[in-house]
Amino acid sequence: MHDKPILHVVNLKKQYGPGCAVCSHNHEVALEKNRCPECGTVFACNDLSFDVYPGEILGVVGESGSGKSTMMKCLYFDEEVSSGEAYISCYEEGETNVFQESSQKLRHIRNTILGMVYQNPVLGLKMDFSSVGNIAEKMIAAGDRNVNRMENRSKVLLEHVHIPIARMKDEPKKFSGGMQQRVQIAKALSNHPPILLLDEVTTGLDLSVQASVLDLIKTIQQELGISMIVVSHDLAVIRMLADRTMVMLDGRIIEQGLTDQILENPQHAYTQQLVYSLI
Amino acid sequence: MAQLLEVKALNKSFTIHHLDKTIHAVKDINFSLDEGQFIGIVGKSGSGKSTILKMIYRTYLPEEGEIIYHSKQFGKMDLMCAAEREMIYLRKYEIGYVSQFLSVMPRTTARAIVENSVIEMGKSRQEAKQVAEEALRHFDLDPELWDNYPVTFSGGEKLRLNIASAIVKKPRLLLLDEPTASLDDASKVKVREAIEKLKQEGTTLIGIFHDLQFMDGLCDKVFDFQQGKCLEGEIV
Repeated sequence: MHDKPILHVVNLKKQYGPGCAVCSHNHEVALEKNRCPECGTVFACNDLSFDVYPGEILGVVGESGSGKSTMMKCLYFDEEVSSGEAYISCYEEGETNVFQESSQKLRHIRNTILGMVYQNPVLGLKMDFSSVGNIAEKMIAAGDRNVNRMENRSKVLLEHVHIPIARMKDEPKKFSGGMQQRVQIAKALSNHPPILLLDEVTTGLDLSVQASVLDLIKTIQQELGISMIVVSHDLAVIRMLADRTMVMLDGRIIEQGLTDQILENPQHAYTQQLVYSLI
Repeated sequence: MAQLLEVKALNKSFTIHHLDKTIHAVKDINFSLDEGQFIGIVGKSGSGKSTILKMIYRTYLPEEGEIIYHSKQFGKMDLMCAAEREMIYLRKYEIGYVSQFLSVMPRTTARAIVENSVIEMGKSRQEAKQVAEEALRHFDLDPELWDNYPVTFSGGEKLRLNIASAIVKKPRLLLLDEPTASLDDASKVKVREAIEKLKQEGTTLIGIFHDLQFMDGLCDKVFDFQQGKCLEGEIV
Protein backbone atom coordinates (compact mmCIF):
# COMPACT_ATOMS: atom_id res chain seq x y z
CA MET A 1 0.00 0.00 0.00
CA HIS A 2 1.34 3.44 -0.98
CA ASP A 3 1.09 5.83 1.88
CA LYS A 4 2.94 8.76 0.39
CA PRO A 5 0.82 11.03 -1.80
CA ILE A 6 2.02 11.71 -5.32
CA LEU A 7 0.61 15.22 -5.06
CA HIS A 8 0.41 17.08 -1.77
CA VAL A 9 -1.30 20.49 -1.88
CA VAL A 10 -1.30 22.85 1.09
CA ASN A 11 -3.38 26.04 1.39
CA LEU A 12 -3.62 26.77 -2.32
CA LYS A 13 -5.04 30.27 -2.71
CA LYS A 14 -5.94 32.19 -5.84
CA GLN A 15 -7.38 35.66 -5.52
CA TYR A 16 -8.34 38.17 -8.18
CA GLY A 17 -7.86 41.63 -6.74
CA PRO A 18 -5.46 43.24 -4.27
CA GLY A 19 -7.30 42.34 -1.05
CA CYS A 20 -7.77 44.81 1.80
CA ALA A 21 -7.59 44.99 5.56
CA VAL A 22 -11.03 43.41 5.87
CA CYS A 23 -10.55 40.36 3.66
CA SER A 24 -6.85 39.70 4.22
CA HIS A 25 -7.27 38.93 7.89
CA ASN A 26 -10.50 37.30 8.78
CA HIS A 27 -12.15 36.66 5.44
CA GLU A 28 -14.33 33.80 6.64
CA VAL A 29 -16.51 36.35 8.37
CA ALA A 30 -16.05 39.13 5.88
CA LEU A 31 -16.64 37.47 2.51
CA GLU A 32 -19.94 37.40 0.66
CA LYS A 33 -19.74 34.00 -1.02
CA ASN A 34 -16.14 34.32 -2.28
CA ARG A 35 -16.06 38.09 -2.76
CA CYS A 36 -14.92 40.81 -0.39
CA PRO A 37 -17.67 43.46 -0.13
CA GLU A 38 -15.12 46.15 0.75
CA CYS A 39 -12.58 45.90 -2.08
CA GLY A 40 -14.25 43.53 -4.55
CA THR A 41 -11.45 40.97 -4.42
CA VAL A 42 -12.62 37.51 -5.46
CA PHE A 43 -11.12 34.49 -3.73
CA ALA A 44 -11.53 31.84 -6.43
CA CYS A 45 -9.60 29.21 -4.45
CA ASN A 46 -9.33 29.63 -0.74
CA ASP A 47 -6.93 27.55 1.33
CA LEU A 48 -7.34 24.30 -0.59
CA SER A 49 -5.42 21.43 1.00
CA PHE A 50 -5.61 17.87 -0.25
CA ASP A 51 -3.59 14.82 -1.29
CA VAL A 52 -3.69 12.61 -4.36
CA TYR A 53 -2.29 9.09 -3.96
CA PRO A 54 -0.57 6.94 -6.61
CA GLY A 55 -3.03 5.29 -8.96
CA GLU A 56 -6.15 6.83 -7.45
CA ILE A 57 -8.84 9.01 -8.98
CA LEU A 58 -9.81 11.98 -6.83
CA GLY A 59 -13.21 13.44 -7.75
CA VAL A 60 -14.01 17.13 -7.38
CA VAL A 61 -17.62 18.31 -7.46
CA GLY A 62 -19.24 21.68 -6.92
CA GLU A 63 -21.49 24.21 -8.60
CA SER A 64 -20.38 26.52 -11.40
CA GLY A 65 -18.11 29.21 -10.02
CA SER A 66 -17.03 27.20 -6.98
CA GLY A 67 -13.39 27.31 -8.09
CA LYS A 68 -12.92 23.85 -9.58
CA SER A 69 -11.43 24.93 -12.90
CA THR A 70 -9.31 27.66 -11.31
CA MET A 71 -7.84 25.02 -9.03
CA MET A 72 -7.02 22.83 -12.04
CA LYS A 73 -5.45 25.75 -13.89
CA CYS A 74 -3.32 26.56 -10.85
CA LEU A 75 -2.17 22.94 -10.63
CA TYR A 76 -1.23 22.99 -14.33
CA PHE A 77 0.44 26.42 -13.88
CA ASP A 78 -1.90 28.11 -16.38
CA GLU A 79 -2.66 30.49 -13.53
CA GLU A 80 -0.16 31.67 -10.96
CA VAL A 81 -1.26 30.96 -7.39
CA SER A 82 -1.55 33.83 -4.91
CA SER A 83 -0.07 31.65 -2.21
CA GLY A 84 0.17 28.02 -1.21
CA GLU A 85 2.35 24.98 -1.69
CA ALA A 86 2.35 21.87 -3.86
CA TYR A 87 4.73 18.93 -3.67
CA ILE A 88 5.02 16.19 -6.30
CA SER A 89 6.65 13.00 -5.05
CA CYS A 90 8.45 12.30 -8.35
CA TYR A 91 9.86 15.82 -8.57
CA GLU A 92 12.95 16.38 -6.42
CA GLU A 93 11.69 13.69 -4.07
CA GLY A 94 8.66 15.74 -3.14
CA GLU A 95 10.69 18.24 -1.14
CA THR A 96 10.32 21.30 -3.38
CA ASN A 97 7.27 23.55 -3.44
CA VAL A 98 6.64 23.53 -7.19
CA PHE A 99 4.63 26.77 -7.08
CA GLN A 100 7.89 28.58 -6.31
CA GLU A 101 9.87 27.13 -9.19
CA SER A 102 11.10 29.18 -12.18
CA SER A 103 8.95 29.29 -15.30
CA GLN A 104 11.49 27.10 -17.09
CA LYS A 105 11.19 24.40 -14.44
CA LEU A 106 7.41 24.73 -14.42
CA ARG A 107 7.38 24.05 -18.18
CA HIS A 108 9.48 20.97 -17.56
CA ILE A 109 7.08 19.68 -14.87
CA ARG A 110 4.09 20.45 -17.09
CA ASN A 111 5.57 18.59 -20.02
CA THR A 112 6.88 15.54 -18.24
CA ILE A 113 4.89 14.99 -15.04
CA LEU A 114 1.45 16.46 -15.78
CA GLY A 115 -1.21 15.94 -18.42
CA MET A 116 -4.25 18.18 -18.74
CA VAL A 117 -7.56 17.73 -20.50
CA TYR A 118 -9.66 20.89 -20.65
CA GLN A 119 -13.42 21.09 -20.79
CA ASN A 120 -13.05 23.19 -23.94
CA PRO A 121 -10.84 21.35 -26.49
CA VAL A 122 -9.86 24.72 -27.99
CA LEU A 123 -7.74 25.33 -24.89
CA GLY A 124 -5.91 22.03 -25.16
CA LEU A 125 -5.51 21.53 -28.89
CA LYS A 126 -4.31 23.51 -31.88
CA MET A 127 -7.38 23.11 -34.03
CA ASP A 128 -5.51 23.70 -37.30
CA PHE A 129 -2.67 21.24 -36.64
CA SER A 130 -3.07 17.57 -37.53
CA SER A 131 -3.94 15.27 -34.63
CA VAL A 132 -0.50 13.70 -34.86
CA GLY A 133 1.01 17.17 -34.91
CA ASN A 134 -0.85 18.04 -31.71
CA ILE A 135 0.55 15.01 -29.93
CA ALA A 136 4.04 15.61 -31.34
CA GLU A 137 3.91 19.17 -30.07
CA LYS A 138 3.69 17.98 -26.48
CA MET A 139 6.52 15.45 -27.06
CA ILE A 140 8.72 18.11 -28.69
CA ALA A 141 8.06 20.37 -25.71
CA ALA A 142 9.42 17.58 -23.52
CA GLY A 143 12.61 17.40 -25.62
CA ASP A 144 11.88 14.66 -28.16
CA ARG A 145 13.25 15.30 -31.68
CA ASN A 146 12.85 11.87 -33.29
CA VAL A 147 10.10 12.11 -35.91
CA ASN A 148 9.62 8.37 -36.32
CA ARG A 149 9.35 7.77 -32.62
CA MET A 150 6.86 10.58 -32.23
CA GLU A 151 4.73 9.34 -35.09
CA ASN A 152 4.73 5.80 -33.77
CA ARG A 153 3.84 6.94 -30.27
CA SER A 154 1.03 9.09 -31.70
CA LYS A 155 -0.38 6.12 -33.59
CA VAL A 156 -0.36 3.95 -30.48
CA LEU A 157 -2.08 6.67 -28.46
CA LEU A 158 -4.71 7.46 -31.08
CA GLU A 159 -5.50 3.76 -31.36
CA HIS A 160 -5.75 3.60 -27.58
CA VAL A 161 -8.38 6.35 -27.59
CA HIS A 162 -10.15 4.81 -30.59
CA ILE A 163 -9.38 7.45 -33.23
CA PRO A 164 -9.07 5.71 -36.62
CA ILE A 165 -5.44 5.82 -37.83
CA ALA A 166 -6.72 6.80 -41.28
CA ARG A 167 -7.74 10.12 -39.75
CA MET A 168 -4.60 10.82 -37.74
CA LYS A 169 -3.48 13.55 -40.14
CA ASP A 170 -6.85 15.32 -39.89
CA GLU A 171 -7.11 18.53 -37.90
CA PRO A 172 -9.21 18.34 -34.71
CA LYS A 173 -11.50 21.08 -36.06
CA LYS A 174 -12.85 18.44 -38.44
CA PHE A 175 -13.66 16.10 -35.51
CA SER A 176 -16.75 15.75 -33.36
CA GLY A 177 -16.65 16.97 -29.76
CA GLY A 178 -16.13 13.46 -28.42
CA MET A 179 -13.25 12.82 -30.83
CA GLN A 180 -11.62 16.13 -29.93
CA GLN A 181 -11.82 15.15 -26.28
CA ARG A 182 -10.17 11.83 -27.04
CA VAL A 183 -7.36 13.52 -29.02
CA GLN A 184 -6.84 15.75 -25.99
CA ILE A 185 -6.56 12.68 -23.77
CA ALA A 186 -4.07 11.10 -26.23
CA LYS A 187 -2.02 14.30 -26.21
CA ALA A 188 -2.09 14.50 -22.43
CA LEU A 189 -0.85 10.89 -22.18
CA SER A 190 1.98 11.29 -24.71
CA ASN A 191 4.81 11.75 -22.20
CA HIS A 192 3.63 9.07 -19.76
CA PRO A 193 2.61 11.60 -17.10
CA PRO A 194 2.10 10.11 -13.63
CA ILE A 195 -0.60 12.74 -12.95
CA LEU A 196 -3.53 13.54 -15.21
CA LEU A 197 -5.88 16.50 -14.67
CA LEU A 198 -9.33 16.11 -16.24
CA ASP A 199 -11.63 19.14 -16.19
CA GLU A 200 -15.27 18.35 -17.08
CA VAL A 201 -14.18 16.00 -19.84
CA THR A 202 -17.61 14.49 -20.39
CA THR A 203 -19.65 17.68 -20.19
CA GLY A 204 -21.59 18.33 -23.38
CA LEU A 205 -21.00 14.87 -24.82
CA ASP A 206 -23.91 12.61 -25.67
CA LEU A 207 -24.47 9.61 -23.39
CA SER A 208 -22.89 7.08 -25.70
CA VAL A 209 -19.71 9.11 -26.25
CA GLN A 210 -19.66 9.91 -22.54
CA ALA A 211 -19.69 6.19 -21.75
CA SER A 212 -16.74 5.58 -24.08
CA VAL A 213 -14.73 8.43 -22.53
CA LEU A 214 -15.49 7.13 -19.01
CA ASP A 215 -14.46 3.67 -20.09
CA LEU A 216 -11.23 5.09 -21.52
CA ILE A 217 -10.43 6.94 -18.29
CA LYS A 218 -11.03 3.82 -16.21
CA THR A 219 -8.86 1.73 -18.55
CA ILE A 220 -6.05 4.28 -18.36
CA GLN A 221 -6.19 4.14 -14.57
CA GLN A 222 -6.21 0.34 -14.46
CA GLU A 223 -3.58 -0.31 -17.14
CA LEU A 224 -1.22 2.61 -16.67
CA GLY A 225 -1.75 3.28 -12.97
CA ILE A 226 -1.97 7.03 -13.53
CA SER A 227 -3.26 9.24 -10.70
CA MET A 228 -6.02 11.60 -11.71
CA ILE A 229 -8.02 14.54 -10.50
CA VAL A 230 -11.42 14.46 -12.17
CA VAL A 231 -13.51 17.61 -11.96
CA SER A 232 -17.17 17.28 -12.84
CA HIS A 233 -20.51 18.68 -11.81
CA ASP A 234 -22.04 15.36 -12.80
CA LEU A 235 -22.28 13.24 -9.66
CA ALA A 236 -22.91 10.09 -11.69
CA VAL A 237 -19.53 10.51 -13.42
CA ILE A 238 -17.82 10.97 -10.07
CA ARG A 239 -19.58 7.91 -8.63
CA MET A 240 -18.35 5.78 -11.51
CA LEU A 241 -14.76 6.97 -11.42
CA ALA A 242 -13.60 8.28 -8.07
CA ASP A 243 -12.64 6.45 -4.87
CA ARG A 244 -12.51 9.69 -2.95
CA THR A 245 -14.30 12.95 -3.60
CA MET A 246 -14.09 16.50 -2.40
CA VAL A 247 -16.91 19.03 -2.59
CA MET A 248 -16.19 22.69 -3.32
CA LEU A 249 -18.32 25.74 -2.63
CA ASP A 250 -17.34 29.41 -2.93
CA GLY A 251 -13.68 28.55 -3.42
CA ARG A 252 -13.42 26.27 -0.42
CA ILE A 253 -13.41 22.54 0.19
CA ILE A 254 -16.47 22.07 2.38
CA GLU A 255 -16.39 18.29 2.58
CA GLN A 256 -14.22 15.40 1.49
CA GLY A 257 -14.48 11.66 1.93
CA LEU A 258 -15.07 8.28 0.32
CA THR A 259 -17.24 8.85 -2.74
CA ASP A 260 -20.12 6.61 -1.61
CA GLN A 261 -20.07 8.30 1.80
CA ILE A 262 -20.29 11.76 0.19
CA LEU A 263 -23.26 10.57 -1.87
CA GLU A 264 -25.11 8.56 0.78
CA ASN A 265 -24.25 10.35 4.00
CA PRO A 266 -23.44 13.96 3.02
CA GLN A 267 -22.69 16.14 6.03
CA HIS A 268 -22.77 19.68 4.69
CA ALA A 269 -26.06 21.41 3.82
CA TYR A 270 -24.82 22.21 0.31
CA THR A 271 -23.71 18.63 -0.36
CA GLN A 272 -27.11 17.41 0.82
CA GLN A 273 -28.83 19.74 -1.66
CA LEU A 274 -26.46 18.51 -4.38
CA VAL A 275 -27.31 14.87 -3.64
CA TYR A 276 -31.06 15.57 -3.45
CA SER A 277 -30.77 17.07 -6.94
CA LEU A 278 -29.36 13.85 -8.39
CA ILE A 279 -31.70 12.37 -10.97
CA MET B 1 -11.65 -19.16 16.82
CA ALA B 2 -10.12 -15.72 16.98
CA GLN B 3 -12.31 -12.67 17.09
CA LEU B 4 -12.68 -10.79 13.80
CA LEU B 5 -15.10 -7.99 14.60
CA GLU B 6 -16.45 -6.32 17.68
CA VAL B 7 -19.09 -3.61 17.60
CA LYS B 8 -19.32 -1.58 20.78
CA ALA B 9 -21.92 1.02 21.82
CA LEU B 10 -22.59 2.09 18.24
CA ASN B 11 -24.70 5.22 17.74
CA LYS B 12 -25.69 6.97 14.56
CA SER B 13 -27.98 9.85 13.73
CA PHE B 14 -28.56 11.85 10.57
CA THR B 15 -28.73 15.62 10.44
CA ILE B 16 -31.12 16.84 7.76
CA HIS B 17 -30.19 20.47 7.19
CA HIS B 18 -33.21 21.64 5.20
CA LEU B 19 -35.58 20.34 7.87
CA ASP B 20 -33.27 21.45 10.66
CA LYS B 21 -33.76 18.06 12.21
CA THR B 22 -31.72 15.17 13.54
CA ILE B 23 -32.96 11.62 13.08
CA HIS B 24 -31.63 8.92 15.38
CA ALA B 25 -31.00 5.76 13.39
CA VAL B 26 -29.38 3.28 15.76
CA LYS B 27 -28.51 3.43 19.43
CA ASP B 28 -26.17 1.40 21.59
CA ILE B 29 -25.55 -1.57 19.30
CA ASN B 30 -23.21 -4.26 20.62
CA PHE B 31 -22.16 -7.58 19.13
CA SER B 32 -19.04 -9.52 18.26
CA LEU B 33 -18.07 -12.09 15.67
CA ASP B 34 -15.38 -14.76 15.49
CA GLU B 35 -13.64 -15.70 12.27
CA GLY B 36 -15.88 -17.81 10.07
CA GLN B 37 -19.07 -17.00 11.94
CA PHE B 38 -22.32 -15.76 10.40
CA ILE B 39 -24.48 -13.26 12.21
CA GLY B 40 -27.95 -12.49 10.92
CA ILE B 41 -29.59 -9.14 11.62
CA VAL B 42 -33.37 -9.10 11.92
CA GLY B 43 -35.78 -6.26 12.55
CA LYS B 44 -38.55 -4.19 11.08
CA SER B 45 -38.06 -1.96 8.04
CA GLY B 46 -36.45 1.27 9.10
CA SER B 47 -35.12 -0.15 12.36
CA GLY B 48 -31.53 0.53 11.29
CA LYS B 49 -30.31 -2.82 9.97
CA SER B 50 -28.62 -1.40 6.88
CA THR B 51 -27.23 1.50 8.89
CA ILE B 52 -25.08 -0.96 10.84
CA LEU B 53 -23.65 -2.54 7.69
CA LYS B 54 -23.06 0.82 6.08
CA MET B 55 -21.19 2.06 9.13
CA ILE B 56 -18.93 -0.99 9.10
CA TYR B 57 -18.30 -0.38 5.38
CA ARG B 58 -17.98 3.34 6.13
CA THR B 59 -20.56 4.43 3.58
CA TYR B 60 -22.02 6.16 6.61
CA LEU B 61 -19.71 8.29 8.65
CA PRO B 62 -19.22 6.99 12.15
CA GLU B 63 -20.51 8.93 15.08
CA GLU B 64 -20.08 7.19 18.43
CA GLY B 65 -18.84 3.81 19.51
CA GLU B 66 -16.19 1.44 18.27
CA ILE B 67 -15.94 -1.05 15.41
CA ILE B 68 -12.89 -3.14 16.19
CA TYR B 69 -11.74 -5.14 13.17
CA HIS B 70 -8.75 -7.48 13.01
CA SER B 71 -7.25 -6.77 9.61
CA LYS B 72 -4.77 -9.02 7.85
CA GLN B 73 -2.93 -5.98 6.57
CA PHE B 74 -3.21 -3.46 9.39
CA GLY B 75 -3.78 -5.65 12.47
CA LYS B 76 -6.28 -4.60 15.14
CA MET B 77 -7.98 -1.36 14.14
CA ASP B 78 -11.07 0.73 14.81
CA LEU B 79 -12.97 1.14 11.54
CA MET B 80 -14.68 4.21 13.00
CA CYS B 81 -11.46 6.18 12.72
CA ALA B 82 -9.61 4.33 9.96
CA ALA B 83 -8.10 6.54 7.26
CA GLU B 84 -9.94 6.73 3.94
CA ARG B 85 -6.95 5.14 2.24
CA GLU B 86 -7.11 2.22 4.66
CA MET B 87 -10.82 1.78 3.97
CA ILE B 88 -10.18 1.77 0.21
CA TYR B 89 -7.59 -0.95 0.73
CA LEU B 90 -9.89 -3.00 2.98
CA ARG B 91 -12.76 -2.72 0.51
CA LYS B 92 -10.50 -4.00 -2.24
CA TYR B 93 -8.92 -6.90 -0.38
CA GLU B 94 -10.76 -7.74 2.84
CA ILE B 95 -14.31 -6.45 3.20
CA GLY B 96 -17.06 -7.02 0.64
CA TYR B 97 -20.52 -5.48 0.46
CA VAL B 98 -23.52 -6.70 -1.49
CA SER B 99 -26.73 -4.72 -1.69
CA GLN B 100 -29.93 -5.14 -3.69
CA PHE B 101 -28.65 -2.63 -6.19
CA LEU B 102 -26.12 -3.05 -8.95
CA SER B 103 -24.07 0.02 -9.76
CA VAL B 104 -21.54 -0.48 -12.52
CA MET B 105 -19.72 1.35 -15.29
CA PRO B 106 -21.96 1.83 -18.31
CA ARG B 107 -21.35 -0.50 -21.23
CA THR B 108 -19.45 -3.05 -19.17
CA THR B 109 -20.45 -6.63 -19.86
CA ALA B 110 -21.58 -9.01 -17.12
CA ARG B 111 -18.45 -11.07 -17.71
CA ALA B 112 -16.17 -7.99 -17.47
CA ILE B 113 -17.80 -6.88 -14.20
CA VAL B 114 -16.97 -10.17 -12.50
CA GLU B 115 -13.53 -10.36 -14.15
CA ASN B 116 -12.66 -6.83 -13.00
CA SER B 117 -13.42 -7.83 -9.41
CA VAL B 118 -10.80 -10.57 -9.69
CA ILE B 119 -8.28 -8.43 -11.60
CA GLU B 120 -8.59 -5.72 -8.94
CA MET B 121 -7.17 -8.25 -6.47
CA GLY B 122 -4.03 -8.51 -8.60
CA LYS B 123 -4.90 -11.78 -10.38
CA SER B 124 -4.08 -12.44 -14.06
CA ARG B 125 -6.60 -11.95 -16.85
CA GLN B 126 -6.49 -15.66 -17.58
CA GLU B 127 -7.34 -16.57 -13.99
CA ALA B 128 -10.00 -13.86 -13.86
CA LYS B 129 -11.69 -15.27 -16.95
CA GLN B 130 -11.85 -18.74 -15.45
CA VAL B 131 -13.07 -17.61 -12.03
CA ALA B 132 -15.69 -15.31 -13.59
CA GLU B 133 -17.11 -18.05 -15.80
CA GLU B 134 -17.34 -20.45 -12.86
CA ALA B 135 -19.20 -17.85 -10.80
CA LEU B 136 -21.60 -16.88 -13.61
CA ARG B 137 -22.31 -20.54 -14.23
CA HIS B 138 -22.87 -21.23 -10.53
CA PHE B 139 -25.49 -18.50 -10.33
CA ASP B 140 -27.22 -19.84 -13.43
CA LEU B 141 -26.75 -16.72 -15.46
CA ASP B 142 -27.56 -17.72 -19.03
CA PRO B 143 -24.28 -17.81 -21.04
CA GLU B 144 -26.07 -15.79 -23.69
CA LEU B 145 -26.09 -12.90 -21.23
CA TRP B 146 -22.42 -13.04 -20.30
CA ASP B 147 -21.32 -10.63 -23.00
CA ASN B 148 -24.35 -8.43 -22.65
CA TYR B 149 -24.74 -5.22 -20.62
CA PRO B 150 -26.58 -5.65 -17.30
CA VAL B 151 -28.76 -2.56 -17.81
CA THR B 152 -31.17 -4.80 -19.75
CA PHE B 153 -31.12 -7.62 -17.17
CA SER B 154 -34.08 -8.54 -14.97
CA GLY B 155 -33.95 -7.68 -11.27
CA GLY B 156 -33.00 -11.22 -10.32
CA GLU B 157 -30.27 -11.43 -12.95
CA LYS B 158 -28.74 -8.18 -11.76
CA LEU B 159 -28.82 -9.40 -8.18
CA ARG B 160 -27.12 -12.68 -9.02
CA LEU B 161 -24.45 -10.80 -10.98
CA ASN B 162 -23.96 -8.49 -8.01
CA ILE B 163 -23.44 -11.40 -5.61
CA ALA B 164 -21.16 -13.18 -8.07
CA SER B 165 -18.86 -10.18 -8.40
CA ALA B 166 -18.59 -9.81 -4.61
CA ILE B 167 -18.09 -13.49 -3.87
CA VAL B 168 -15.25 -14.08 -6.37
CA LYS B 169 -13.06 -11.85 -4.22
CA LYS B 170 -13.42 -14.27 -1.30
CA PRO B 171 -13.44 -11.43 1.23
CA ARG B 172 -12.54 -12.04 4.89
CA LEU B 173 -15.70 -10.21 5.93
CA LEU B 174 -18.77 -10.07 3.71
CA LEU B 175 -21.69 -7.74 4.40
CA LEU B 176 -24.95 -8.87 2.83
CA ASP B 177 -27.69 -6.23 2.69
CA GLU B 178 -30.81 -8.17 1.64
CA PRO B 179 -29.13 -9.70 -1.38
CA THR B 180 -31.99 -12.14 -1.92
CA ALA B 181 -34.82 -9.60 -1.75
CA SER B 182 -36.20 -10.17 -5.24
CA LEU B 183 -34.99 -13.66 -6.01
CA ASP B 184 -37.09 -16.73 -6.72
CA ASP B 185 -36.63 -19.83 -4.57
CA ALA B 186 -34.26 -21.60 -6.98
CA SER B 187 -31.96 -18.57 -7.07
CA LYS B 188 -32.11 -18.26 -3.30
CA VAL B 189 -30.86 -21.83 -3.01
CA LYS B 190 -27.92 -20.90 -5.25
CA VAL B 191 -27.09 -17.92 -3.08
CA ARG B 192 -27.36 -20.05 0.03
CA GLU B 193 -24.99 -22.63 -1.46
CA ALA B 194 -22.48 -19.94 -2.33
CA ILE B 195 -22.68 -18.48 1.17
CA GLU B 196 -22.25 -21.91 2.77
CA LYS B 197 -19.18 -22.52 0.63
CA LEU B 198 -17.68 -19.15 1.54
CA LYS B 199 -18.34 -19.86 5.19
CA GLN B 200 -16.58 -23.20 4.94
CA GLU B 201 -13.63 -21.42 3.39
CA GLY B 202 -13.43 -19.14 6.41
CA THR B 203 -15.29 -15.99 5.37
CA THR B 204 -17.07 -14.17 8.20
CA LEU B 205 -20.50 -12.87 7.29
CA ILE B 206 -23.05 -10.36 8.46
CA GLY B 207 -26.39 -10.67 6.69
CA ILE B 208 -29.71 -8.92 6.60
CA PHE B 209 -32.53 -11.08 5.29
CA HIS B 210 -36.26 -10.64 5.39
CA ASP B 211 -36.70 -14.30 4.73
CA LEU B 212 -36.16 -15.95 8.11
CA GLN B 213 -36.36 -19.40 6.60
CA PHE B 214 -33.40 -18.56 4.45
CA MET B 215 -31.28 -17.87 7.50
CA ASP B 216 -32.32 -21.00 9.35
CA GLY B 217 -29.34 -23.24 10.05
CA LEU B 218 -26.98 -20.78 8.41
CA CYS B 219 -26.47 -18.28 11.22
CA ASP B 220 -24.36 -18.84 14.31
CA LYS B 221 -26.09 -15.95 16.01
CA VAL B 222 -28.77 -13.39 15.42
CA PHE B 223 -28.96 -9.74 16.32
CA ASP B 224 -32.58 -8.90 16.99
CA PHE B 225 -33.47 -5.22 16.82
CA GLN B 226 -36.72 -5.73 18.65
CA GLN B 227 -34.88 -7.03 21.69
CA GLY B 228 -31.90 -4.79 20.99
CA LYS B 229 -29.43 -7.58 21.59
CA CYS B 230 -27.63 -10.59 20.25
CA LEU B 231 -29.08 -14.11 20.55
CA GLU B 232 -26.85 -17.13 20.27
CA GLY B 233 -27.81 -20.18 18.25
CA GLU B 234 -30.75 -20.91 16.01
CA ILE B 235 -33.49 -18.46 15.17
CA VAL B 236 -36.77 -19.10 16.91
